[in-house]
Amino acid sequence: MTQAFRIPSAGRLDTGRTLDFTFDGKSFTGLEGDTLASALLANGVHLTGRSFKYHRPRGILSAGAEEPNALVGIHRDEARRTPNVRTTIQELYAGLTAVSQNRWPSLSFDVGAISNLGAPFFSAGFYYKTFMWPRAAWERLYEPVIRRTAGLGVAPDKPDPDHYSNRFAHCDVLVIGGGAAGLAAALAAAEKGASVIIADEQAALGGSLRFESGAEIDGRPGWEWAQETKTALRARDNVRVLTRTTGFGYYAHNMLGLVERLTDHLAEPSPEAPRERLWQVRAKRVVLATGAIERHMVFPDNDRPGVMLASAARTYLNHYGVAVGRKVSVYTAEDSAYAAAIDLKKSGTDVLAIVDLRTDPEGALVEQARSLGIDVFAGHAVTGTEGRLRVRRVSISPVSGGPRRELEIDTLLTSSGWTPAVHLFSQSRGKLAFDEENQRFLPGEYVQDAVSVGACNGTSDLAETVAESLRAGETAAKETGAKKRKTVKFEAQASEDWSSGMAGAAPGAKSGSKAMAFVDFQHDVTAKDIRQAVREGMRSIEHVKRFTTTGMATDQGKTSNIHGLAIASEMLGKPIPQVGLTTFRSPYTPVTFGALVGHGRGKLFEPTRRTPIHSWAEAHGAAFEPVGQWERAWYFPQNGEDMHAAVARECHTTRQAAGIFDATTLGKIEVVGPDAARFMELMYTNPWQKLAVGRCRYGVMLREDGFIYDDGVVGRLAEDRFHVTTTTGGAPRVLNHMEDYLQTEFPELKVWLTSTSEQWAVIAVQGPKSRDIIAPFVEDIDISDEAMPHMSVREGRVCGVPARLFRLSFTGERGFEINVPADYGLSVWEAVWAEGQKYGACAYGTETMHVLRAEKGLIIIGQETDGTVTPDDAGLNWAIGKKKTDFVGIRGLQRPDLVAKGRKQLVGLKTTDPKTVLEEGAQVVADPDQPVPMKMIGHVTSSYWSENCGHSIALALIEDGRERMGEKLFVPMPDGVIEVEVTSTVFFDPDGERTNG
Amino acid sequence: MVEIAHRTSPLEGRGFEGDGISLSVAKPASRLSLRAPEGSLPALSEALGLELPQRPKSTSTKGNRAALWLGPDEWLVIDEDGADLMAICGKIPDLHSAVDTSHRNVAIEVSGARSADVLSAGCPQDLSLARFPVGASSRTVFGKVEIILWRRDEQTFHVECWRSFSAYGFDLLEAAAREAE
Amino acid sequence: MLLIHCPYCEEERPEPEFRHAGEAHIARAENITELSDEEFERHFFIRSNPKGIAFERWRHMHGCARFFNAARDTLSDKFLVTYKIGTPKPDLSGEIRRK
Ligand SMILES: [Zn+2]
Repeated sequence: MTQAFRIPSAGRLDTGRTLDFTFDGKSFTGLEGDTLASALLANGVHLTGRSFKYHRPRGILSAGAEEPNALVGIHRDEARRTPNVRTTIQELYAGLTAVSQNRWPSLSFDVGAISNLGAPFFSAGFYYKTFMWPRAAWERLYEPVIRRTAGLGVAPDKPDPDHYSNRFAHCDVLVIGGGAAGLAAALAAAEKGASVIIADEQAALGGSLRFESGAEIDGRPGWEWAQETKTALRARDNVRVLTRTTGFGYYAHNMLGLVERLTDHLAEPSPEAPRERLWQVRAKRVVLATGAIERHMVFPDNDRPGVMLASAARTYLNHYGVAVGRKVSVYTAEDSAYAAAIDLKKSGTDVLAIVDLRTDPEGALVEQARSLGIDVFAGHAVTGTEGRLRVRRVSISPVSGGPRRELEIDTLLTSSGWTPAVHLFSQSRGKLAFDEENQRFLPGEYVQDAVSVGACNGTSDLAETVAESLRAGETAAKETGAKKRKTVKFEAQASEDWSSGMAGAAPGAKSGSKAMAFVDFQHDVTAKDIRQAVREGMRSIEHVKRFTTTGMATDQGKTSNIHGLAIASEMLGKPIPQVGLTTFRSPYTPVTFGALVGHGRGKLFEPTRRTPIHSWAEAHGAAFEPVGQWERAWYFPQNGEDMHAAVARECHTTRQAAGIFDATTLGKIEVVGPDAARFMELMYTNPWQKLAVGRCRYGVMLREDGFIYDDGVVGRLAEDRFHVTTTTGGAPRVLNHMEDYLQTEFPELKVWLTSTSEQWAVIAVQGPKSRDIIAPFVEDIDISDEAMPHMSVREGRVCGVPARLFRLSFTGERGFEINVPADYGLSVWEAVWAEGQKYGACAYGTETMHVLRAEKGLIIIGQETDGTVTPDDAGLNWAIGKKKTDFVGIRGLQRPDLVAKGRKQLVGLKTTDPKTVLEEGAQVVADPDQPVPMKMIGHVTSSYWSENCGHSIALALIEDGRERMGEKLFVPMPDGVIEVEVTSTVFFDPDGERTNG
Repeated sequence: MVEIAHRTSPLEGRGFEGDGISLSVAKPASRLSLRAPEGSLPALSEALGLELPQRPKSTSTKGNRAALWLGPDEWLVIDEDGADLMAICGKIPDLHSAVDTSHRNVAIEVSGARSADVLSAGCPQDLSLARFPVGASSRTVFGKVEIILWRRDEQTFHVECWRSFSAYGFDLLEAAAREAE
Repeated sequence: MLLIHCPYCEEERPEPEFRHAGEAHIARAENITELSDEEFERHFFIRSNPKGIAFERWRHMHGCARFFNAARDTLSDKFLVTYKIGTPKPDLSGEIRRK
């Protein structure tokens, strides 16, 4: 396909460097440096999509990030099908495959366009009114239909094969926007010696110098100056230039989010290259140089392909060398659009007319247009357009009334003025001020250390923009402490000005008109819809926005917000600032989830913590379960066992011979200092002063409100040193809780806390043969019952390395826990395992650990407790030092509702049918025949099959449970009621003889 | 006689070499979490043979031994020769707490021209030489884990983290290091 | 992401290193067991949650690990001051009135 609309004498691309691409299966040729939009236009293609609601044919409106219409899907492969890509941003690469969206069966013939005929049905608020009821229809009917007929592109259904990156960055001065203003500010700041980051969303810096043909800076054409300045900035080591990088969010304390697109413009990206990189930049000063966005005119049928922004036509011509049409007219209410007509005319394009709403346009540009032979229809409006897939005729009439005239055209350029891009300023919580004269919002009061320069600050003249930006860059640098004397100074001039213009509906789309005059192209919102919203009672722009959905599409109303506001304001008879401006929120333009997630996918989503013994468990076929971030051995199936069989065997073997268990994940805190015991007295309910060195005690920790927070066995290693263990999941919060009290409530105590959770690998050996198994490895410690009774701790050597050996039991059996420095953990485990084999020992996992402790009625924090359980509820009153005058939680325990009758207490439950295993979490009732909703008197906290007991066992929290021993209660389940009996919590070896046996 | 147990590093066999970046696992070292009030510092410093630094974010080194300021009364003492630091401090009667953390932490050396850049993939601190000069050290975060960062020279950082977080830490460093600049 | 000046590290550090720890200047009563139910309720459950300047505790969890206090304007997120535990609550009545 030839590029019939490419003008070789215009533009900055090399016509020798062609690239092939396809759009909806049709092959085209473009040039290196093209955007998809410019390449399509070079081939005369304007029609690129169907509109969201009415499926109206739509073309390319803009040449930048604000594009509401020309959204396509870019398909690289099965998994890389990116929907809603703005053709005006997507750079062309060889082999690019683009497809249009929201049409069926084809772009030029679309069945959905029928809804255009039913337009009255789709009027403002139709979502709220039409689909209100019946409720069930939402799921089955309304939503699927809406999703199919109204909408954007289709998301890929495969996992994203790309990877994404994150960087934190810091600088003195961050400049957002690389046009004349941003470049000047960056240069001035850099010359002063500040560290500078400058980011621009386009592939090349220069901003609107891309199209401003008359601009001159520092004696050179504006574009040339921009490229030279970029090169100079790149060469400096105090400047980072980020292209293809959008500043999308302005957060607290001058933190900005930038997204850099690294591979979307490449034909064959390297697999090592991230697709996008999120920059989280902390800047001492921010210079916002985000420019302004041209607004379209709101008039009847203003959305036909071929109707586009004047500045966009200039960009396509002056930068890409593309004429957007053969027969062009301009519809404007301000000066800068004249330059588009002039540039096109000079390039040899037929420019029929400039239709200007103003009655007396004057100035150099107007004169120049006239002298080039362009008809200027002052005081005229475009009142209608024709053409099915492309505009081919417009009607114009004098605003004051008079004969209608028709122009045969193929392209209409419109401009109603420029909207300063104050999005980031607004996100920074700055207050906007309304500029009445020019109908625009400008930065008012700043809340953060930022400054706006150029068009986003309402500065509409290039000379002033450059001067202002140089000053701002220098000042920002100085404020951050940059001291170099160097001051940059140069001048600029341009032939145009961006002030003036109008907002709201143009004649022909005014109140009373039934015309489709679009305000928001992407969400298909017309001037009429906004007026209807006001008529139906919406008074604030926030309500109008939600009622009509104007400004709520992915373009966030960049071209439409001010129009919508002006129309609402006119209807309400209130000035614009009183109607209010909707809040700008991040992101400025859509950001992929990939960029936000960055590296945090797959194994980097969350750290997976593994113990030193993990590889052994893996090699021995363990099934694993996640416990917080830990991956713990759950059970060790043998010879095709299922979980039930494996756990039954492990439970049985451990009580018959011995079991070996990796308890490394237990939290450990070393409490050291002369006041260690005093501190322990305050943190735990138990008494500690008299605990002898070498002995252990089970400790209960409360919060100040009296509820159980954590528990664990504590060993006293010396008068001034305790080895505290916590639950696996509780380790960080327990340490934080302890540090909080130590630092802020009891700072006079001479004691320090150190986490040793990961210093020690912990190998639990439990069962009647445990002592025999460990004996060969233990040096310097007498492990006889007399020398080392239950609940004691000794330091010595195991397998030749320093060890802390605990005699304790979470199973009710004789048991030891060997703590060795973690790097030795695997080696010691293997030695113990090998020895254990001689005694028929097994390895067991967390499931067996849970069953064995439940057989003994031992609680697990977070299972038997849920943050509302007191020691008394859990049957742990014995663990409270009765003579103690203070500990955290002592007052909370006296609260009326904590001592009231009727609290749920921990009891055992035995099912009448011994084979039935209750469900954890199941509710318990006293009378199964009562009407629903039943009174629930408690719930099951733990429940297992106990191979050792030969029946199922359960723990439950039941109202006044301890007074109900022997009572029959009921557990109603979907398939029947289960009868249970209330029992003691201890199911196995009630006298506790086996810990010493 | 029982065979003496041997060590296994959680980062056994890990390493990465790339353009301007190298990641390697540091050899095992002795480590001490040392806590002490100001009055005990002279005695502890003398025993350890180096001045315990008192300025935030600073370090002092002597030979293969270093003390990193972590908090106003907290230091991480590292001895790369494996000296018995607990025994050294055990002789000092002045008030202090010494806890052996030799096996709790694992260290990764991150070096090369891109070292700061690679660390910036997960560390939100400003790692420019002006703000994080040679000899600076600090506890901070790297992605989703806590680390201790110590700049040993302009292009070399020593990264310590708890052993079960070290695989994540190394994986994230490697992911950032693999990115073509 | 906030930037928080740690009074112990003596510099501004990024928010991910910190953890918020509730309202400041609520001391645990020395005679806590003697508090009436109403006094305990006020002490433990009732917080001021102001719009404007709030006194709050932070912990430099992944830095020096110290708890400290801060006065932060909850409207702008600006920190007026951060200070060490044990130092008295600063008088910011002038600042508060200006709001
Ligand atoms: Zn700090």
